[in-house]
Amino acid sequence: MDLNGSQMVVEALHKESVSVVFGYPGGAIMNVYDEIYKQNYFEHILTRHEQAAIHAADGYARASGKVGVAFVTSGPGFTNAVTGLATAYIDSVPMVVISGQVPISMIGTDAFQEIDAVGISRPCVKHNYLVKDAKDLPRILKEAFYIARSGRPGPVHVDIPKDVTAQIADFTYPDTITMKTYKPTYKGNKRQIKKVVDAIAQADRPILYIGGGAVNSGASELVREFAEFCGIPAVETLMARGVMGDSNPLLMGMVGMHGCYSANMAMSEADLMIAFGPRFDDRVTGKLSEFAKHAKVIHVDIDPSSIGKIVDIDFPIVGDLKNVLTDMLPLVKEKIDSDKYKSWRELLKRYDEIHPLGYNDNKDNIKPQWVIEEVGKILGDDAIISTDVGQHQMWTAQFYPFSRPRQFITSGGLGTMGFGFPAALGVKKAFPDKVSINISGDGSILMNIQELMTASVSKIPVINIILNNGFLGMVRQWQTFFYDKRYASTDLSAMQPDFVKLAESFGGRGFRVETKEEFVKALKEAVKSDAVCLIDVNVDRLEDVLPMVPAGGTLYNMILEHKE
Amino acid sequence: MANSIKNEEIRRVLSVIVTNEDGVLSRISGLFAGRGYNIDSLTVAPVPETDFSRLTIVTCGNARVLEQIVKQLHKLIPTYKVIESVEFVEKEMALVKISINEDFNGLDAMLKAYNGTIADSGENFIVVMVADNSKRIANFLKAIKRYNPIEIVRSGSVALDI
Ligand SMILES: Cc1ncc(C[n+]2csc(CCOP(=O)(O)OP(=O)(O)O)c2C)c(N)n1
Ligand SMILES: [Mg+2]
Repeated sequence: MDLNGSQMVVEALHKESVSVVFGYPGGAIMNVYDEIYKQNYFEHILTRHEQAAIHAADGYARASGKVGVAFVTSGPGFTNAVTGLATAYIDSVPMVVISGQVPISMIGTDAFQEIDAVGISRPCVKHNYLVKDAKDLPRILKEAFYIARSGRPGPVHVDIPKDVTAQIADFTYPDTITMKTYKPTYKGNKRQIKKVVDAIAQADRPILYIGGGAVNSGASELVREFAEFCGIPAVETLMARGVMGDSNPLLMGMVGMHGCYSANMAMSEADLMIAFGPRFDDRVTGKLSEFAKHAKVIHVDIDPSSIGKIVDIDFPIVGDLKNVLTDMLPLVKEKIDSDKYKSWRELLKRYDEIHPLGYNDNKDNIKPQWVIEEVGKILGDDAIISTDVGQHQMWTAQFYPFSRPRQFITSGGLGTMGFGFPAALGVKKAFPDKVSINISGDGSILMNIQELMTASVSKIPVINIILNNGFLGMVRQWQTFFYDKRYASTDLSAMQPDFVKLAESFGGRGFRVETKEEFVKALKEAVKSDAVCLIDVNVDRLEDVLPMVPAGGTLYNMILEHKE
Repeated sequence: MANSIKNEEIRRVLSVIVTNEDGVLSRISGLFAGRGYNIDSLTVAPVPETDFSRLTIVTCGNARVLEQIVKQLHKLIPTYKVIESVEFVEKEMALVKISINEDFNGLDAMLKAYNGTIADSGENFIVVMVADNSKRIANFLKAIKRYNPIEIVRSGSVALDI
């Protein structure tokens, strides 16, 4: 079948079962938009900024596990997308992003809206393509989707010059694909798996260190089964929140810079660390020479380059966690006796009793942590929670009662302010029946506030809860602790938008909340509303995120008290 | 956990077989630049009768860095194979331009010692050529100084496992 390049793009997306895409048009991508206009296969959501289009596709992908798709034009359209690509790449999110490019004949001439897009995206994506001929498009698009979702997932960028989008060639979309140079390892080495089980059987103080790989692998059920059968306590990274389910007594909580006391102590005192798909981020490990000093380390990961990158690994297993656990569980059931770790579990429980995660609630003002707990009480499983970046993000990770993976959508590796709102739009498109909440800050929300328009026009009723502390709070907290309270450029209180009027001017609903009663009322109304909502909650300005391990500090030396 | 300090710098010759396509060299050089790895030398040429190219990269780093370099190279989608050479023949080439007015006394013996030849000559100069391993090339270039070379060109290494 002969098609032009733009028709090929539309057909390929159809073959890949894409149901929604996000994007923003412009000169170089207009041919493709013309074909998008003509088709009925998928819905196109016009965001109001390219960065938001990428984050929306990203939120869609994180919530659903499917490949997110976005379109942008050349030049500034593409450069606006870069933050989104980098955000998705470091968090291993499957996406295909298609950008327009100036015609091939003009590449290299500094043409209008020309930029070396593949040159820029190279370090921010799993792979990228500059399409030189329409005849290559079917293969390239097939590869793009395959690479995005296979192995360790990630974004793939396809840059298509305008003349290629008009060029006619044969379109035969490949059913299957094999690439000589790209073959992820899915099966773990059986002998190594056996050795690992023996190591677990010999350990006295094993700890399960669960990372985002457990979510990507779809292995949560198996991870829970493993933990429960063995009676091994677990900690979750930011990216793994929800894997164990917060009601599980084996879960010590989040680990790392703002991890729970018991979780960080568990890591520090373990004699065996069983790492399922984390990447030993510096926000988790703290000072490396002190990290898990007494532990042998097992690391299961689908990405060989993750293994041994930061710390030496005693038992590496390259493979998909789901497969590895499927092979491991029968051996575990033969050899592991959960009684062996009883005193270890009791020790950690005591740690949790000494310094439980908490805050001092009071009557005079609203504590930000209270808001998150309250959202959890009211919505619990019914909500999917996105966040922006800052204190509100950490409090959400600490205090929301997550019950399943993919319920918490957050920019972990890059820490991108402005991620939450557009991501929540993508979440809502993936799960229209769930409540899609973005917990944000008064700083972050303004970084993609224009998406109020997208939400209103495209009828995507997302609820934004702004924990308004009048500060770039997380930076302010560091200034309090480490810069003698010199609040350089972090006080936002001099002037703030009227968030109620702001929301209303975009056709949404706004709520200003000063008391707990008002918050509960506003949230309940927002859940019922068909409009996009902003709930501006006036919270205690100087609340800190605790515990805190200072950057480069040791995990077992946490700051546990507010600084007066 | 054995977080032993493996900081000894090791020289390593890597052969990387990649799909012969646009931009593959920038992926590799970008990887080295972006992650702060060293490239001592790099050569590229197509592998005859295939769709592949062969890069020979001479790099150095401690054991952890070298392990990461190999893994990161593997992770690039167009990479087919990364060969970490242990036993191999390594050759590098140097061309040296020398003025005809120099006293060539002893040059013949020196070229013989390094298996060198006179590659070409012009009205005012000759060009000598040697192919050898890096270390011997370096020695040769020291020795040739006494003929006051006008210009020296050194290729990167190529290596073949044995
Ligand atoms: C795009 C971007 N710029 C800057 C930062 C650095 N940064 C991290 S947290 C933070 C403050 C965020 O303030 P706010 O959204 O009000 O959240 P709060 O910490 O007050 O809850 C800043 C500026 C960032 N993470 N992302
Ligand atoms: Mg704030």
